[in-house]
Amino acid sequence: MARAVTTQHKVIATAAAWIVALLIFFPILYTIITSFKSEQEAIQGFNLIPSGTFESYTEVQAQSGYFKFFLNSVILAVGSTILALIVAVPAAWSMAFSPGKWTKDILMWMLSTKMMPAVAVLFPIYLIFRDLGLLDSRIGLMIMLMLINLPIVIWMLYTYFREIPGEILEAARMDGATLWGEIVYVLTPMAVPGIASTMLLNIILAWNEAFWTIRLTTTEAAPLTAFISSFSSPQGLFWAKLSAASTLAIAPILIMGWFSQKQLVRGLTFGAVK
Amino acid sequence: MKLRTLTLGLLSASVFAFAAHAESITIATVNNGDMVRMQKLTDDFTKANPDITLNWVTLEENVLRERVTTDIATKGGQYDVMTIGTYEVPIWAKQNWLLPLDKLGDDYDVKDIIPAIAGGLSVDGKLYAAPFYGESSFVMYRKDLIEKAGLTMPDAPTWDFIKEAAEKMTDRANGVNGVCLRGKAGWGENMAFLTAMSNSFGARWFDENWKPQFDQPEWKNTLQFYVDLMKAAGPEGASSNGFNENLALFQQGKCGMWIDATVAASFVSDPKNSTVADKVGYALAPDNGLGKRGNWLWAWSLAIPAGTQKGDAAQKFVSWATSKHYAELVASKEGWANVPPGTRSSLYANAEYQKAAPFAKMTLDSINAADPTHPTVKPVPYVGVQFVAIPEFQGLGTTVGQLFSAALAGQSSVDDALKQAQDAATAAMTEGGYIK
Repeated sequence: MARAVTTQHKVIATAAAWIVALLIFFPILYTIITSFKSEQEAIQGFNLIPSGTFESYTEVQAQSGYFKFFLNSVILAVGSTILALIVAVPAAWSMAFSPGKWTKDILMWMLSTKMMPAVAVLFPIYLIFRDLGLLDSRIGLMIMLMLINLPIVIWMLYTYFREIPGEILEAARMDGATLWGEIVYVLTPMAVPGIASTMLLNIILAWNEAFWTIRLTTTEAAPLTAFISSFSSPQGLFWAKLSAASTLAIAPILIMGWFSQKQLVRGLTFGAVK
Repeated sequence: MKLRTLTLGLLSASVFAFAAHAESITIATVNNGDMVRMQKLTDDFTKANPDITLNWVTLEENVLRERVTTDIATKGGQYDVMTIGTYEVPIWAKQNWLLPLDKLGDDYDVKDIIPAIAGGLSVDGKLYAAPFYGESSFVMYRKDLIEKAGLTMPDAPTWDFIKEAAEKMTDRANGVNGVCLRGKAGWGENMAFLTAMSNSFGARWFDENWKPQFDQPEWKNTLQFYVDLMKAAGPEGASSNGFNENLALFQQGKCGMWIDATVAASFVSDPKNSTVADKVGYALAPDNGLGKRGNWLWAWSLAIPAGTQKGDAAQKFVSWATSKHYAELVASKEGWANVPPGTRSSLYANAEYQKAAPFAKMTLDSINAADPTHPTVKPVPYVGVQFVAIPEFQGLGTTVGQLFSAALAGQSSVDDALKQAQDAATAAMTEGGYIK
């Protein structure tokens, strides 16, 4: 009897998981379906079967070259992630293994910066970028993306590092490891799942960031978010083209997420069960 | 050896000289058919001006507005040419943020620009933006449905006629709504329509002392008429409908009439996308016999920020993109029907254009019927037909738009919406220093 209940619960839980997953994925699926419709079909109400036309993709590519934006997205996402890790690994190490009186407060303060609406600092940031000559530059945007994601990266790494027994690091020290050696040869290999998932999450966050990437770029550093934005129109039909542009923009990150999902889930649940 | 060194030196010098001379200008624009077409045709410009290269930044309208405002206010210098509307031009020109367009060339023929459009883009007699395409609003109606209703659409209908026709054309069992109007909240959405409509009802946003006028009977008449009309003959969920939603409804044969931008005529009459392309008639926006019609005036225009270092190159481009030559170029490549409308009188005198665009005369008459400098029956301290050209209007217009959209959706009464609009406008005007 107990076994039957367990099985029933499993079935219900699985069905619920599928329903939730479908609900979450459906907007993406419908975007992909709409991208294979003509503009006329796209506005004719809900329909899951497209005519299968590629005209939106052709028009999107002809109107704005996709690859330039794609390349900028890759450079910005990867570059900002590397920069973030360079800063965050030592920061998280010091907070996890050598905490001070104010460590918790510093961590909370860092997180609190994420609570402010970005638009509140648009003008100061814009002026700083203007004066430093960083407007529409990849390096400027990389630094910006690194800074806005840094609190989350440090928090994630701090949580992972806290799960690593301090005794192992002490043992390394007793064996004569330097601080650098301790971080690079002992801590990092043990925290690889955590670092990898942090890296993947940061790449996804940087890839999807649409406020600063649109507002601080014009032509040279504009990534795929700017590419998508250019297909919305106040007058005229644009749903199919917008869907095609969105599909092209999310496809790389979706594929990357699909292949790295095990690593991502493992890292995100790292330390969740003791 | 000496000769070779000299030759190489001269060659390098000439390359550097060309590179130093070559200028790259960045143009910020919106995504619409006319602008996209212009981007495709720029070879014509760069061939004639090989020393100028063009970079395009296309953005969604609201993002573009925010981006160019940020850039021009901080003198960021990211753009050399900006696509802006008739709302921004008078405000920005007064702030000295725009260069006056006085180097458009001898053959540009400024006087050919339709006077109503030029008036909306000028301050103290100086042109600060060149119109790329202009529009007003008018009635688009189904000739077959109005005939079935036993009526004949006059060229210049009244609101009472529109109400009667809308009620008679409504056939909800067959999915036909008598009239489709904007309901989606926003200063450029429902408030563009309602402000223009209110002008024909004798209403105004502010009196000569900037006192808000939503507590006056003219606004009550406007909003009550609109809500009643939409309840009786409008589509379901009208409070979510903007230009694109109504365009889709009309193209699918679900609207008897649609009062909106003249630029929509080319969409609804396009047999590729419209199921009613051969059944559409056009009439002037309605009035109430008070001397003002309920039509607006808008122009997407090209302006040059005062902070640009490339003013001469930018003016060359603006001159090309808004010239008669450009109209002829579009006509030769894509036909007269695709020439950007609403900017030059000569286009409307062109027999080939009239033939290709059956709505041409009504578009011109609609544009001429709007007067941005005297938009209302009673005197006002502002310019703008469907907007008030003050910086506070974007925020205030959207707030009032939300209140009126809620009244249309039945979430509040007309009286409540007007009272809240009056309070919001009074607060905004007091805060802005207009009311002492």
